This record gives sequence, C-alpha cells and structure tokens, in this order.
Amino acid sequence: MKDWRARLGPTWAVAQVPVYSIVLAFAIAAVVIIVSSAFTRTGFDPLLPFAAYARLLAGSFGSGNAIANTLVAAAPLMFGGLAVGLGLKAGLFNIGVAGQFLVGAFAAAATGASLATAPTIVAMPLAMLAGAAGGAVYGFIPGYLKARTGAHEVVTTIMLNSAAGLLLTWAVNDLVRAPGFSFPRTADIGQSALPFVGRNLHLGIVFAVAAIFLTRWLLDRTTLGFEIRTVGANPSAARYAGMRPVFITALTMTISGLLAGLAGAIQILGVTGFYAPGITATVGFDSIAVALLGRSDPIGILFAAILFGAFRAGAPLMQIETSVPIEVIDIIQALVILFLAADLIVRRVFRVRAPKVEITEMATVTGSWGGTPPTGAAR
Amino acid sequence: MGRDAANGRGALMDLLAIPRLLLEFVLYLFEVMPDLLPIILALATPIALGALCGVLNERSGVVNIGIEGIMLMAAFFGYLTGFALNESLGSFPAILMGLAVAVATGALLGLLHAWLSVSVRADQIIAGTMMNIAALGVTGYLNRLIITPSGRGGAGVVPPFHLPDQLAELPLVGPILSMFLNQGPIAMSVIVLVLVSQFVLFRTRWGLRTRAVGEHPKAADTVGINVFRQRYMNVIIGCAIAGLAGAYLTLESTGAFQNGMTNGRGFIALAAVIFGRWTPIGSFLGALLFGTATAFGFIVVVHPAEGELGTLMKSIPTYWYAALPYLMTVVILAGVVGRSTPPAADGIPYAKEGRA
Repeated sequence: MKDWRARLGPTWAVAQVPVYSIVLAFAIAAVVIIVSSAFTRTGFDPLLPFAAYARLLAGSFGSGNAIANTLVAAAPLMFGGLAVGLGLKAGLFNIGVAGQFLVGAFAAAATGASLATAPTIVAMPLAMLAGAAGGAVYGFIPGYLKARTGAHEVVTTIMLNSAAGLLLTWAVNDLVRAPGFSFPRTADIGQSALPFVGRNLHLGIVFAVAAIFLTRWLLDRTTLGFEIRTVGANPSAARYAGMRPVFITALTMTISGLLAGLAGAIQILGVTGFYAPGITATVGFDSIAVALLGRSDPIGILFAAILFGAFRAGAPLMQIETSVPIEVIDIIQALVILFLAADLIVRRVFRVRAPKVEITEMATVTGSWGGTPPTGAAR
Repeated sequence: MGRDAANGRGALMDLLAIPRLLLEFVLYLFEVMPDLLPIILALATPIALGALCGVLNERSGVVNIGIEGIMLMAAFFGYLTGFALNESLGSFPAILMGLAVAVATGALLGLLHAWLSVSVRADQIIAGTMMNIAALGVTGYLNRLIITPSGRGGAGVVPPFHLPDQLAELPLVGPILSMFLNQGPIAMSVIVLVLVSQFVLFRTRWGLRTRAVGEHPKAADTVGINVFRQRYMNVIIGCAIAGLAGAYLTLESTGAFQNGMTNGRGFIALAAVIFGRWTPIGSFLGALLFGTATAFGFIVVVHPAEGELGTLMKSIPTYWYAALPYLMTVVILAGVVGRSTPPAADGIPYAKEGRA
C-alpha cells in the first residue's frame, strides 16, 4: 500500500491542482445551474445539477456506444491540445487552432472527394496528408510573421480564424460545390473515409494516440524538441547557444498548424464525411483548455482530451433530458482555466501545499506581447 | 513574328490599364463617399471603444485579451436588462437601465481581471482567454435558458440623432457631418471619450502616474505612487468602456442578441491599439481604418462600379471583400508592430520587494 502511494506521489503532486480545479469547477457550475433554474418554466430545482451531471456521465461513459462517442470526440481534441501545447513549449500561444482546423478539414474533404473512388489504402492517407498540409500552411503564416516582424500570434491567428471561415465559404460555394444538394457542401468522400475499428469508433483515435507519443518523443528525445523548449524558456539564451529562434518559431507554428489540420482531417474523414460552411468547431477553444489542463505535457493532454471529449459527448443527452443548456460545458471549461491560472484559490479551498502551478512557457508568451521578435535583437 | 508583336502590344495595353483602373477606382471612391462615410463611424464604434479599453489597460501595464469576452457579456446583460424591464418600464427607460447594466458588467469584469492580473499575479493572457471562454458559455447558456424560449424581443434601440436634411444634403460637407452626427448617442460619445482619454493620459497627473506604473512600476512605487491602485483603476475604467462597446452592439446597433455576436471585434481592437502605438487618438484612427474596410465590403455590393473597373471588381468574390478587414489587420500588424514600442512593463505583474 505504501509502495503504491510512493509511486503515485510525484504524479499526484503535479496532477492535484488540475484535479481539484475540475472538482471546484463542477461545484460552482452546479450553483449556476441551481440559481438559473429559478428563471425557467420548470422552476427552482436544487437537485437539478445532480440530474444533469448524471446524464452527462451516462452520455459519456454509460454504455459501449457512449464510450465510443467520447473517444470520437476526444480524438480531434488530442490533436488540437497537442497543437496548443507544442506552441506553449516554444513560448507561442496558438489561438489559431480553430482556423487551422477548418483549413485542414476543407483540404481533407476536397482531396477526399476527388479520390472518392480510389482504394482506401491510397485515398485515405492522401486526404489526411492534404489536411495536414493545409493546417501546416495556415500555421506557418502567423509563425513566420511572428518570427520576422514580431506580430503577436494571438491577434494574427484570431484574424486568420475569421478569414478562414469566410474564404472557405467562398471556396465551397464557388470552387468545389457538389451538385445535387440543397446547401453548399463538398462531394462525398467515398472510399477516402477512415475505416472503423469498432462501433462508430474510427481509425482517427489510433492516429491521435500515436501523435501523443510521437510528440512526446519529439519534445523529450530529439534535438529539435530541445531547441523548441529552450526557445520557449529563454529566447536570448537559445540564440547565444547557437540556436535559431526565428527558424524554431516559424517551424513550431507550422507543426502546431499541422496537428490542428489533422484534427480537422479526422473529423471530416471519420465523422462528417463532407465539408460545409458554418460547421461549428468547438475544437478551437476546447484545445486551449485541454492544453492548459494537461500542463502542455503530451500525456496530460491525453487525459485532458478524454475528459473534454466526454463533456462534448455527454452534453447533448444532458440538454435533451434535463434542459440544462449545453453551454454549461463552456462555463465549466472557463472555470477550470480560472482555477489553473489562479491556483491560489484552489490551494486555499483544499488546503493543499502543492507547488505553485507555474505555466512558465506563458511568461514568454505574455512577455512578447508588445511585439519583440523572438530574436530579441534590434533589426 | 506577328504573334510576338501582338503579345508586345498586349503587354503595353496592360501597362496603361493599371493607372487607368486606379484613376477609375479613385473616382469610384468619390462617387460612393456619401454612402460610405455615414456607416464608417458606426462600424468603427465598438472597435474604437474596445481599443480605448486596451490603451488604458496596457498603459498601466496590464495586458487584456479578454476585451472580446467583456464586450460580449456586457452586450448580453445590457440586452437582458432591457428585455426584462421593457414591459414594466417602457422601452426607453428599459434601454437606459440596460446601458447602465452593460457598463457595470464591464466594470465588474474589469475588477475580476485586475484582481487576477494585479493581485493574484496570474498569467494575464490565460486570464483573458478564460474571460473569452466564460463569456461564450455564460451568454450562450442564459440566452438558451431565458431569451430563446420566451419568443419575444428586447427593448429595441436608442433612437439615433437625425441631422436636418438641408445639412445632410450639402455637397462634400454633408456626408462628413452625417458621419459624425447622424449617429446614436454611444457612437457620438466615442469622439468625446477618445479626446478626453488622450488629454487625461498625456496632460494630467493621473495620466503621468498611469504611464509611470506601465513603464517602470518600481520607480513609480519608490516615489509614492500606489502601483496596485493605479492599475486597478485603469483596468476597471477601461473595461467599463468595453462594456459600453457591448451596449452599443445590442442597444444601439442591432437591438437583438446573438451568440458570439462580437465576432472578433475585441481582438481587432487589440490590433488597433498596436497600430495606434498605445495612444487613444492613434487607436481611434486604426478603428476608423478597419471600419472603412468593412464599409467598403458592403458598398461594393450595394453600389457596384461600372465599366472596366466594375468587371474587375465583380470578378473578386464578395467573401473576399468580407475577409478584407481581417487580412488587412494581419498585414498592418506585421508592418507596424516592429516599429512601435509597447509600455515597458506591459503584461508583467508587479511584486513589491520582500514579497515573493
């Protein structure tokens, strides 16, 4: 017993603040649900949160199908969480996952549709590759601008998110609209679809878990990973050590975009089967929460993605059966981030003497706010 | 041989076509000016107010990327107040109450952001991200719970001021007058707020103190300026102004609430702050530029150009015009940012010595 505790000790030391944050977030969201129930037709109901959370749990882990749904929702979040997390390691805050997701989704859908009759073994990898390339290009743009001019990625990626939505609407309308449908969408992907591995679980989850371990290997075992982490921790030191912060910054955003593009690709090739303008992607903001909750660590991101995947999978059942709006998930997410950012609250409430949560990478992100290029040098 | 000559002539014609098209474009701009000018300020208003919030925050050393979320929350709670009081108070008092609630919402969220950034010393970008996600969640949640099932609308909008027709129809001066005066009260207040902020920031003791805590908090502290209080006040006042921007969206511009209706304006405001080099007037000009790009996207649809220019402009899909403001922001940011310097302590929490 003692041995078991000793082995879990270090993990728990890292994980306890995130776990307590989740508990506290659910508790406060419960208060919100109770108070707001007074304004509905059903009237004040102090037990409503229990009913809602029970439905949430049933919808996400209550049956084989529910678990499959959770994993299907978790797969793009793993890619998205890795995209944000990898950026954070290099001191970059990629809020552009939403846009890179859309570009990747569109590229995969268009390529998949054009290869619809080719054998899956050829068509599916090519469509995935197209999604990855689309996301990578769309991540490269803000990365290059940040590296060269110091334009902060937080603002440029948000602008590119809005632009992606509009330009892809145009692309579907004018370039690749499939005939015979009442609304603009791309043609069916046919043979390019990801094969199922059981129930409605598609191969994307396997790719996502592989990406988790690949990213972990990249960060911990390769020179590039070391450079990424060094640039994130201290750009000046990295430059004096002979690394190339400009190159690393652009490259990291490109890889980050690539991962986000893959999230879009598996969503199209595994779930929706086509791209239509206005497909709502909650993946963008969810990925930020996943990365922050997972402390930018690939294994942490794995668990955080499954948790938020469960929220997304279970929420519709909760809304249908207890009429608690689906948006309560966003509230819980915001609260989790709040408690991670202000871990002081968590430590007071639970009286833990946990080490202070230092999201050290963020110091570089915030520090570069005014637009100092990562080289730190005057140009 | 003949083919080559034809090609050469074609290239020459193209060379002449560019200046001719440019001239036609300038003439076209003059032609649509009366339609373009009046909507620019309206489109720029929420961005200009958001940018003012950003300037006040960052001048005192606090980065606030949650402006988007604060606007959205204020827009919603202002609308909700008007919605709830419309029947008992009547439309106009309900709107006024909504306005007050929107500004108060902004100030309260400003207090939260200041507490996180100044007292807790949390990471300011994460705090702002939290604000944005929370705003989407809270407004979406309450909208679905309260407003959608009721099936009724809000309290309407504040009536805009109407310029006498004789003035509005004056050549040249008319459109400019109506740009500034044919507006609702919030849009008109923007200019006053911008000028007052510019004066306060650069000509008063308060402004000097604000800039001091933003540039060198330690030096400010040693001469007896209360760094925490100065930052708190600037963040709260700034966010109250962002609340006014939210009120503009629901209570002056549209009269309705939609989920996520701020649609990136809070982030464009941040770009305007950088464009305007952290000055109220500069960021206002940035907001006007953005408003112009957006207005242009509308005008090319409503009043298409004719002739050769018209053919060219119609060959560009309308979605590209709609994306223009966003792409323009990226380009401006990339071009301007390297040459403008933020306040030195922007985004860095201040800790008194001896306190870990």
